[in-house]
Amino acid sequence: MGMAAFLLRRLLGLVGVLLGMSVLIFGIVHILPGNVAYAILGEFATPAAVAQLEAKLGLNDPLPVQYWRWLGAMLHGDFGMSIVMQRPAAPLIAEALGRSALLAVFAFGLVAMGGIGLGLYAATHRGRASDKVLTLAQFLLIAVPEFFWAILAVLVFASWLNLLPATGYAPLSEGVAKWASHLVLPVLVLAFGLVAHVSRLTRSSMIEVLDSRYVLAARARGLPERKVLWRHALPNALLPAITVLAIDAGLLIGGIVVVETVFAYPGLGRLLVYAIERHDLPLLQVGMMVVTAIYALANFVAELLYAVLNPRIRVAGATA
Amino acid sequence: MTLLTLPRLSAPSALVLGGALLLLIGLAAVVGIWFTPYDPAAFAVRERLQPPSALHPFGTDEFGRDVLSRVLAGAHLSLATGFGAMAISLAVGVPLGLIAAFHRGVTEEVIMRSVDLLIALPPVLLGLLVLAVTPPSLWKTIAAVGLVYVPIMVRLTRAVALGLLEEDFVQAARARGEGAPTILWHEILPNAWPPIIVECGLRVTFAILLGSALSFLGLGPQPPASEWGLMIAEGRDFLRQAPWVCLAPGLSLCVLLVCVNLVGEGLRERLDPQLRGRSHA
Repeated sequence: MGMAAFLLRRLLGLVGVLLGMSVLIFGIVHILPGNVAYAILGEFATPAAVAQLEAKLGLNDPLPVQYWRWLGAMLHGDFGMSIVMQRPAAPLIAEALGRSALLAVFAFGLVAMGGIGLGLYAATHRGRASDKVLTLAQFLLIAVPEFFWAILAVLVFASWLNLLPATGYAPLSEGVAKWASHLVLPVLVLAFGLVAHVSRLTRSSMIEVLDSRYVLAARARGLPERKVLWRHALPNALLPAITVLAIDAGLLIGGIVVVETVFAYPGLGRLLVYAIERHDLPLLQVGMMVVTAIYALANFVAELLYAVLNPRIRVAGATA
Repeated sequence: MTLLTLPRLSAPSALVLGGALLLLIGLAAVVGIWFTPYDPAAFAVRERLQPPSALHPFGTDEFGRDVLSRVLAGAHLSLATGFGAMAISLAVGVPLGLIAAFHRGVTEEVIMRSVDLLIALPPVLLGLLVLAVTPPSLWKTIAAVGLVYVPIMVRLTRAVALGLLEEDFVQAARARGEGAPTILWHEILPNAWPPIIVECGLRVTFAILLGSALSFLGLGPQPPASEWGLMIAEGRDFLRQAPWVCLAPGLSLCVLLVCVNLVGEGLRERLDPQLRGRSHA
């Protein structure tokens, strides 16, 4: 049983999860019937007009038929229409996704570097004052909700210091400085809480590795401390950090929804909240599906990384 | 073991300190349902957006409502979300986990694959999805947040129960011819509690965070309720002139979360045998 079998198993699992998810999302959105037609025509539509539109949109077909049509269209690249904006959903989602990805990539980079860096620092300075300060700071930071960080950031940097814009987004065509100034606060707020998670985990797994026999052996052989840390200890200590980074991808997606709302940043999270507020169910369904797919993919990649770095998992997974 | 662990404080009194503070907050929250310095819903347009003073320690909001009274009156909502969601995830997750451990085969497959599916949705999205199609309310927020943590409880309970099923005392009960319900209820469950309690203690913090985030997005209790997340969302428009409208509920939320976190960590230090072993080593 090699890497190929493992890959195939995980890939099948991924497809299964996505299919199940599509049923779940479609099902929940369709618990309330008649919504779509009323949402398009307004509250005061005549029953006749509603019935006519329902027939046109195929809303009278049995749910499995509707689901099948929806899934088939999606697989053919047809993401349907936003009924509130009267525009195809695909370009709307693609634009918003691009802007959200910008936030996510910067924030994730900060989290990975800051979290692992601080964790390493704390592990190698175990028990000293700086380690204790970091531990206390992490403990307090985790207890602050993202939306409150966002409010504080707006208050300090936009209202009091007037350094950065409080809300909105500027395309790159309006200049790099303006573009970047709109990204700083959302990215920082997104990264802040997650750095605490990752650094804590890196610290504890690094300490465990540093106390292990093989690190003792490496030191006993007289290897320079720098080499022990980077070549022997760190690769093993990073394994749990990768899993946590994958979990954090889920938190990051949740955080993006909140942060985009606070900063009025036109990304996918804000689009979803908009779709919910305006009862734009077709847009909501597809948007949810896209986010879920991204999340599932992130988890998939994390699992692969984990397996590549840790052959034990691969063997255990293959024999189970 | 949870992967998403919180910072661990070494102070042995974390449980006592956090517990005492939490008790105080709980008391204030219960009293706040009926008694507050001012009527939390009473408009006083002439006194709108007043800074903190002796009369209004936390100031007043855009309708002249006393912010302190509103914070007190809303305290029970955050507590209810956190502990209510945990109760739901326990009530649904623990039995499912036990069943999955005991009935290997088709039943287990169905339960565990459903859990895989639920876990495939990012937490906030699961909440959004549940609250998207029906008008939001406190109970739906609690149910949605509870649903997010069901998969974790199922997986944990199943893993613990699988370990216990191998133990001699369970084998003995089987040899005596005890039925499945008896074995699960009298042999497995009493011994499975400690790790489950520890996990719950640590998850309450996240449940409160998630609940307040959903409220902040408008998917929780509706105005004029004074849920803290909702208060922060409402105060956003006056952030520059009247930051206290946001800061008072926000800081209250932070204090509450630190206390809950202290209790969770304290519980873990008491109950987690793995941790106890490590601290002696």
